[in-house]
Amino acid sequence: MKNRWLAVPYVVWMAVFVVVPLILVVLYAFTSRDGGFTLSNFSTMAEYLVVFGRSFFLALIATLVCILIGYPLAYYLAREGESMRRMATMLIMLPMWMNFLLRTYSWMSILENTGLLNTFFQKIGLFSLINGIFGTDITFFHMINTEGAIVLGMVYNFLPFMVLPIYTVIEKIDYRIIEAAQDLGANFRQVFQKVILPLSLPGVLSGITMVFVPAVSTFAIPRLLGGGMVTMLGDLIEAQFMGSAYNPYLGSAISLVMMLIVLICMAVMNRFGEGEEGAVVL
Amino acid sequence: MPKELIRLRDCCMAFDDEQVLNNLNLYINDKEFLTLLGPSGCGKTTTLRIIGGFTTPTSGDVLFDGVRINAVPPYQRQINTVFQKYALFPHLNVFENIAFGLRMKKTPDPADPSGKRMVKLSEAEISRRVNEMLDIISLRGFEHRKPDALSGGQQQRVAIARALVNQPKVLLLDEPLGALDLKLRKDMQIELKKIQQQVGITFVYVTHDQEEALTMSDTIVVMDHGSIQQIGTPEDIYNEPKNAFVADFIGESNIIDGIMCADGIVQMYGRKFSCVDSGFAPNEPVDVVIRPEDIDIVSEEQGQLSGTVTNVTFKGMQYDIIVDFRGFKWLIQTTDHSPVGARIGVKIDPDGFHIMKKSDYSGSFGDYSSYSDEYDELSDSSEEEDAPGKDDGHEE
Repeated sequence: MKNRWLAVPYVVWMAVFVVVPLILVVLYAFTSRDGGFTLSNFSTMAEYLVVFGRSFFLALIATLVCILIGYPLAYYLAREGESMRRMATMLIMLPMWMNFLLRTYSWMSILENTGLLNTFFQKIGLFSLINGIFGTDITFFHMINTEGAIVLGMVYNFLPFMVLPIYTVIEKIDYRIIEAAQDLGANFRQVFQKVILPLSLPGVLSGITMVFVPAVSTFAIPRLLGGGMVTMLGDLIEAQFMGSAYNPYLGSAISLVMMLIVLICMAVMNRFGEGEEGAVVL
Repeated sequence: MPKELIRLRDCCMAFDDEQVLNNLNLYINDKEFLTLLGPSGCGKTTTLRIIGGFTTPTSGDVLFDGVRINAVPPYQRQINTVFQKYALFPHLNVFENIAFGLRMKKTPDPADPSGKRMVKLSEAEISRRVNEMLDIISLRGFEHRKPDALSGGQQQRVAIARALVNQPKVLLLDEPLGALDLKLRKDMQIELKKIQQQVGITFVYVTHDQEEALTMSDTIVVMDHGSIQQIGTPEDIYNEPKNAFVADFIGESNIIDGIMCADGIVQMYGRKFSCVDSGFAPNEPVDVVIRPEDIDIVSEEQGQLSGTVTNVTFKGMQYDIIVDFRGFKWLIQTTDHSPVGARIGVKIDPDGFHIMKKSDYSGSFGDYSSYSDEYDELSDSSEEEDAPGKDDGHEE
C-alpha cells in the first residue's frame, strides 16, 4: 500500500489540469455575463442545433469510413501479413510523428482549386476530356472547403487510432480457436462471422471511441479544410473563447452538452459490447 | 476383420529445412483407439494435424475410407478434434460452444423428396443433441456458463462434447489431459475410454505419457524423430519392445549388452543365460532388456549374478533398488527391502529376458547410473565412486 505514493504526482496533475477545469466549465455554463446563475446559455444553444447535428454526423461518417478501411487492414496485418507487418505498422505510425496541423496544412495544398491534385488532373488532360464530352468549361474540381474534405481530414488523422486497437485484439486471438472453428465445419466466412468478428469487437469499440470523440470536437480540420464555410462544434466553442463572439459562458455550456452526449454514446455502445448479443448487434 | 478407415502412405513433412516426419506409413482401423506416443518433437502432433487437415504433408497421401483427402479442408472432413488446452470459444457459453458444429451443419431437407435441398438443423434438434451431450459429460445446468467460469476438467469435457456432438467418424485428441492434475487425469482416462466404447467411433490420441497410452489404447504407435519405432497392442509394446528406445520409453528397463550364442541362449557378463527368444544369427551382438519387476532377489550364493545395493527408494507399492553389477547399474522393483551396501544375488526366469537387435538407440538407454547419482546426492550416502553416468533418458 506504500506504493500508492508513486501515483501522487499524477493525481496532483489530474486535479489541477483536469478536475479543476472541468468544474470551472460546469460553473461557467450556469453563469450569465453579469455573474449570476442562469440557464439561458442552454436555451440560446438551440440556435446551434445545426452545428451539433453536423458535427455528430460528420464524426459518424468519419468513424464509419475508419472502420471500413481500418478493420480489413488490421485483420490482414494481424493474421496474414507476417512479412510486411513491420513495414505497414511503420507506415501507419509515420504520419503520427508529424504535427497534426502540418499534416492538415499539407492536405490543404493538395485539395486546393489550384492545388496538387487539380494540377495533376489538368496535366493528364482530365478536364479537357470532361469538357470535350459534356461541353462544360471546368478548370478544377471543387474539393477544398467541403464537408467531404473535412471527413477526409478526419479519416486521415484518426485512422491509426482505429487500426491499432483492432490489430492488437485480432493478433491476440489464439489460432487454435480458429482451427477449432474450422474443425467444427466453419468455412472461412463463417469463421470470421462467428469467431473473429465477435472476438475483435472490443478492439472495434475502443477504436470507435478513439476516433469518434476527437472527431466530434475537432476544430482545426474544419477550419483548414472546411475554410470556415462549414462550422463544427470545435469551431463554435473556440469562437466563444478566442474569437469575435467572445462568450466563455456559452462556450462552456456547449462544451458541457457535447461532453454529455459523447458520454451517453459511449455508455450505450459499451453496453452493447458487454452483452452476449454484442456480436449480433454489429 | 476390422475395417481400415485412415491410411497415411509415405507421408513426409518438412518445415523449412527441418524434417519432421520421415516416410510415415500407418493405417487406422474403424472404431479403434489408437495412440500416437512419443517424446515432444517426435512428430506425433504433426501426424494428428495431417489427419485433421490443418497441415498438408510435403509428400505422401492421406486416405480416408480409400479416398485421397490431402486437399480436403478441415471443415469438410468427417473428423473432429479435441485441441490441446481445449480452445473453447471464449465468447460463447457452454451450450453455444457445443452447438457450434451443429449450427454449421446442413442436412437434406426432409420435406424435399429429391433430397437435394439442404437445410439447417432445427433449434429443437440442436437443443436435443446438445442436451444429450451435456448428459454424457455430466454438465447439465452449466449451459449458460462461459468457458472461463469452468474448471480445467469441465472445460475438457466441454471440448470433448463439442467435438462428439457432430457424430464424427474419427475423433482426434491432442494431449487432451495434459493440463489436468494427476487424480483428475486418471479419472478422465477411464471416462474417455468409456465414451469411446459408448459412441463406437475411432479415437486417435496423442500423448507423451506412456501410462496413459497403455491404459486406454487398442493400438499404440511409438514415434521418435519423425519415424514410427513400433506399432502394436499395449502388451506387445511392453513385452516385446523392438529397440532400446521403445523399451526405455514404455516403462522402466534395464538394457544390457549381450551376445546371442544360439536360439534360447544369451550371454552377458561372460555368463550364459537361458531365454525364450530365437531367430538371431550365431554370436550376434544384441540388446538384452530385463524389466525391473521380472528380477527376483535371492541370496548371493543362489543368484545367477551378484551385485551390491547402492540405493533404495521406497515407492509405496514397492522398493526401487539400484544394484551395481560390475559397474553397470540395474533398477530392480521388489517388495522386499534390502539395505544399501548389501551383497545380493538375482535370479531371472527365461521369459524375463527380452532380446532385441542392435539399433541406433543401443547404448543410449537402460543404465541407471545417473539415476543413482541423483539419489546419492540427495541421501548423502555416497560410498563409492560411480562411473560417469550415461544419459539414461529419464528426465520425464
